Amino acid sequence: MAFRNYFVKKFPDVKLEEFVNGPYALNQDMRRQWQEIDQFPPYEFSLEKGKELFATPFRNGKTYSDCFPNRGVGIRQNYPYFDALEGKVVTLELALNRCREANGESPVSYVGDAMAALTAYMAFTSRGKPFDIKIPDDRRALEAYQNGKRYFYTRRGQLNFSCATCHVQYPGEHMRAEVLAPALGILNAMPIYRSEWGSMGTISRRFTTCNSQIRGQPLEPQSEEYRDLEYYLSYLSNGLPISGPGARP
Amino acid sequence: MNNIASSKVRLCISWLGLILWLAGSTASVAAGSESHFISAYAAAESAEKEAGSLRNQWTVTEAALTKARKAGERGDFDSATEWAKEAERLAKASIYQATSEREAWKDLEIR
Repeated sequence: MAFRNYFVKKFPDVKLEEFVNGPYALNQDMRRQWQEIDQFPPYEFSLEKGKELFATPFRNGKTYSDCFPNRGVGIRQNYPYFDALEGKVVTLELALNRCREANGESPVSYVGDAMAALTAYMAFTSRGKPFDIKIPDDRRALEAYQNGKRYFYTRRGQLNFSCATCHVQYPGEHMRAEVLAPALGILNAMPIYRSEWGSMGTISRRFTTCNSQIRGQPLEPQSEEYRDLEYYLSYLSNGLPISGPGARP
Repeated sequence: MNNIASSKVRLCISWLGLILWLAGSTASVAAGSESHFISAYAAAESAEKEAGSLRNQWTVTEAALTKARKAGERGDFDSATEWAKEAERLAKASIYQATSEREAWKDLEIR
């Protein structure tokens, strides 16, 4: 696949499965710091909270486990998926809120701590499992993938950046104090604890803040564009292991 | 004495006329400024709405619109008009970006 080959050629010393570690795969100084930090991972509190939330029954007595295959354990690598009935992409964050609503609970914020904690726990139960995103033989699924690709490469915001500007053209380079992560494997580590945020962040939070950083007005979290973007990026990382929850500067 | 008194009255009337004329013309400038602001703001809002329909609004456009609105609320119509014009320029740039990127994105694609 051309996308994967591009990164492999650009970083010949980086093992394929290492791309899931983002900037730590490309910058040795940062990697050493991360390994030190990971002795006491900053996402640990959120992970514990997520485990607790996941097991806490809704008011009707059911739990998140009742909404997912394999009771929600070790399934993160299969999200997002294309739902043939709805004709749209369903992400893990969306599925979690739909589970809440189906059980009479109000949805939680897609960019908030509870969603980050829940997805952190679910990612943790999938650690090491390779992304396994399917594009079924369905014109709408292929359209969703193509829409995600178009979003990824489209320049936006006053700074005229696309996602690809940072994560294809300049991974490993500095953007102010940040070392930019490669697009390959970029979602495998989600959700992430970011020192810059001082908290955990979901994929929705990452997408919306990326947009505002380039002075583009973010879309609504879990809008169709973001869901398609997640579908596209996850599919490109098929075969690479889930490493989330992650930690980033 | 009568001549002196009548010339004083004439002078007073002239001054009063001048003052009234000045007051009137200032009011018309202010009214003109407000109407300029209203039309500039409407144009900016319309452009920003179009950018919204293209799903490509910019944060800086929204910020300029807010500044225009706030300046208008405190009666600073010159400033408000300038901000509205700036918002329109930014919104039009975002529309241009969205329309040109309909095809231009393909140039970045890894194949």
